[in-house]
Amino acid sequence: MRWIWIDKFVEFTSKTSAIAVKNISLAEEHLHDLHPAFPIMPHSLIIEGMAQTSGILVGEARNFSEKVILAKIGKATFHRLVRPGETIYYFAKIEQLSEDGASISGTVRTGRDESSPLVAEIELMFSHIDKNLAGTAFPEHNFVFTEQFTELLKTYRSSGDIPL
Amino acid sequence: MAMTRDEVYAKVQGVLVDALGVDAEEVTPDATLREDLGAESIDFLDIVFRLEKAFTTDPAKPFKIPRGELFPDDLPTLMADERYIKDGKITPEGIAELKKRMPFSDFTEFDKNPTLEGSSSLLTVNTVVNYMMSKFG
Repeated sequence: MRWIWIDKFVEFTSKTSAIAVKNISLAEEHLHDLHPAFPIMPHSLIIEGMAQTSGILVGEARNFSEKVILAKIGKATFHRLVRPGETIYYFAKIEQLSEDGASISGTVRTGRDESSPLVAEIELMFSHIDKNLAGTAFPEHNFVFTEQFTELLKTYRSSGDIPL
Repeated sequence: MAMTRDEVYAKVQGVLVDALGVDAEEVTPDATLREDLGAESIDFLDIVFRLEKAFTTDPAKPFKIPRGELFPDDLPTLMADERYIKDGKITPEGIAELKKRMPFSDFTEFDKNPTLEGSSSLLTVNTVVNYMMSKFG
């Protein structure tokens, strides 16, 4: 199974903010792990969705030249459960960006509008690991931004009606 | 306008409470960031980010902490240099180098027993307050 927890970007402003959408499907196996008779989108995977949305935002800010990894979950407050058949939107905003890493603040909502009901408030910190773990050698190639992530951005940038 | 030490201390305390998830009462002037407040390496970047945000009054002119100025980022490499460490103790040259890199730290206790383990006690709440006072005091 592909480890991708956002379906597409609906807005992307380089070095600033992004909005991604996730459709929750009953067919997703992970929804049935927590409470077998009551499938919900696990909170950990909502955080992962925010990490992917904002991780791509942070990575693109430096042209995917850095290996951006999630280093710290500063805050993750949940206000409601998310069930199969629903759609959630990840709103991510870069608060701070430096050579060493970045911090982002984000909200998860049930609609595209920023006044839509709040699902969660999440604050994350990312580390540019080549710059941060002094002495530790990492593979040369950028193993963080695989094609499945960069494809999401390509799709957003070329989105339009696809003729049959 | 210059800030008082109390004003700077209050802001630094707030930043450390948020970054490290500790209670305000635990953030005392002599509390060490690593041992007493449980800071790990990624927390130091978080502290820098939060200090920058807390001390920025004009979004058009954000306050920035130059890389390595508050928390030296090359200490592990430095301390591996055989001029600066011998048999687990930091040499006089090593102590001099540390004092140059960490001008806001209090070396009184460290001077009595200059070991590698002891060096993490050089980063206290006061160290951060001293640094911020040099910028805003």
